[in-house]
Amino acid sequence: MVLPGGAWLFVFFLVPILFLASVSLQTGNIFDGFRLTWHFRNYVDAVQLYHVQFLRSLRYASIATAVTIVVSYPLAYWIAFRGGRHKTTFLFLLLLPFFVSFVIRTLAWQFILADDGIVLGPLKRWHLLPQSFHVLATSTAVIAGIAYNFLPFMALPLYVSLERIDRSVVEAAQDLYANKLEVFRRVIFPLSIPGVFAGVLLTFVPAMGDYVNASILGGTKTTMIGNIIQLEYLTNFHYPIAAALSFILMAVLLLGIFVYARVLGTRSIEEYV
Amino acid sequence: MADIDVRMDQVSKQFAEVTAVDELTLEIDRGEFFSLLGPSGCGKTTTLRMIGGFEEPSRGRIYLGGKDVTTMAPYRRNVNTVFQSYALFPHLTVFDNVAFGLRRKKVQKTEVGRRVGDALRLVDLPGFERRKPSQLSGGQQQRVALARALVNEPQVLLLDEPLGALDLKLRKQMQLELKRIQNEVGITFLYVTHDQDEAMTMSNRIAVMRHGRIEQIGAPEDVYEAPATEFVAGFLGASNLLDGEVKDSDGSRATIRLRTGDAITVPAERLDGPERKVKVGVRPEKIKLEQDSEPLAGGWNAIEGTLRMATYVGVSHQFTIDGPGDRPLTVYAQNLGAETIPAPGQRVRLVWRPEHTFVVRPSEPLADWEEET
Repeated sequence: MVLPGGAWLFVFFLVPILFLASVSLQTGNIFDGFRLTWHFRNYVDAVQLYHVQFLRSLRYASIATAVTIVVSYPLAYWIAFRGGRHKTTFLFLLLLPFFVSFVIRTLAWQFILADDGIVLGPLKRWHLLPQSFHVLATSTAVIAGIAYNFLPFMALPLYVSLERIDRSVVEAAQDLYANKLEVFRRVIFPLSIPGVFAGVLLTFVPAMGDYVNASILGGTKTTMIGNIIQLEYLTNFHYPIAAALSFILMAVLLLGIFVYARVLGTRSIEEYV
Repeated sequence: MADIDVRMDQVSKQFAEVTAVDELTLEIDRGEFFSLLGPSGCGKTTTLRMIGGFEEPSRGRIYLGGKDVTTMAPYRRNVNTVFQSYALFPHLTVFDNVAFGLRRKKVQKTEVGRRVGDALRLVDLPGFERRKPSQLSGGQQQRVALARALVNEPQVLLLDEPLGALDLKLRKQMQLELKRIQNEVGITFLYVTHDQDEAMTMSNRIAVMRHGRIEQIGAPEDVYEAPATEFVAGFLGASNLLDGEVKDSDGSRATIRLRTGDAITVPAERLDGPERKVKVGVRPEKIKLEQDSEPLAGGWNAIEGTLRMATYVGVSHQFTIDGPGDRPLTVYAQNLGAETIPAPGQRVRLVWRPEHTFVVRPSEPLADWEEET
């Protein structure tokens, strides 16, 4: 049983990781080739050059994750508790826009939010907004784009955790003098924490490395670490720096998940399961 | 009025096309252990849920301690429920589960501690405060659910088949335990069950329900000894029923002639209304089996039949007899060890006292309710 899984992990995970680690410690250029020189300075350079974008990505991903929670919790709650016979229909409607490609969806937002587009154009013509007003190329646009694109990754685990709460437990709380707010605060919310936990992981991790939203909806001041990695790899051919950045991103995410799991507790998840 | 805890006045509940509860009127006295007994789908759980506030009646009023609570939210009612699935809060410890209601009522912290401790002692679970529900056995979870409800000292405790998930031995033990606890706390218990033994063991009074209506209300012995309908006779224990016709009644005694011509004497007060076509019944343990050569004791009812099967059950012998009716008759004889057991094929006489005879109006065939369970 271990062998096929182990082989799979070795070929598709360990080998690429080791290759990436090796690249991150190489020196050279695209014309003369790269050689492994154990050049740990690549990491120092990467942090010195790009810590701004790093912290920005952290901030954007955090805010976007918070926004997805705020938007999808009521949505998931409503479908789970009030959806009745049409739960699957509502879930399908929620997911419907996401059958369209990620990039196309983001481009559609670019079109909608354009400076003289279908929304801002008329508003400006009617002098409801100043001519200089714009949404694109702001951090708001990028964060909103990320939040929009990753919404299902938050909404679905939340829905699942809310859906599996035993309805008699809710009735028991009502029976024991809890009003609506207390039922939510003391019973429903604590029991939905595994869903929040899973949703945050599924949203924050990809949001942190995302570059599509920043490149389509953002501007020069909203560059994220994903854009930098893409730039260094595909445009500048600075493979070692790009590899080092990827490693730092991975390390930060792993550390973050570890701390997060410790605080919110995989222990408590096991108890709920 | 003051000593009636629960009053339901012509309460009905309609779910889409189905009438779950039909014009139900019911009064439960303070401190009573009252059971709603019936097959699944008879409306007993819906009745309980309407008293708890989880369903709103389509028609009729519900009063708790004289106060109209028909449309009151569950959390405002002074009743607590022990749910069939226990419905313990999985994320809270036993202590926090039991303390939940007290904390919502803003009871002082020291008093919460004291009362939770008392409640856990009452259900025989002291020392379990720090455990989580998932670390408890089914029986222990059941006790926590009971403590969680009782700790609030509700006016009425509603129990929805709370022992359904336990095995037989534990269930028997918990039945006595529940009766003890009810005696100790003196709270009115309204107990829903489909298990007739359970209802008879614990209750002061039983309401037998069927198709959303009450068939009979009474003390266990009344309901058992003098069932009002064919359904009640069949649902509570085994009974032998024979078709007959009322011939004459002379005040205290009435005579019913069976289809075969045998005459059966019954106490006149057992006759219900002017109905002529009736069914007479007698419980299997009330019948004595005699050889038909023996002289017949005067004043006893007697019919004859052929013994088809004798089964040894240990505590008793169980006999199946082909008698005058279309269905075979059943007789239980306590295993005293001295009597001679008749052999299959032998002619036997079944005798019993007239006061052990009951009369019911014929209703639909019993297969009707067997399908529902």
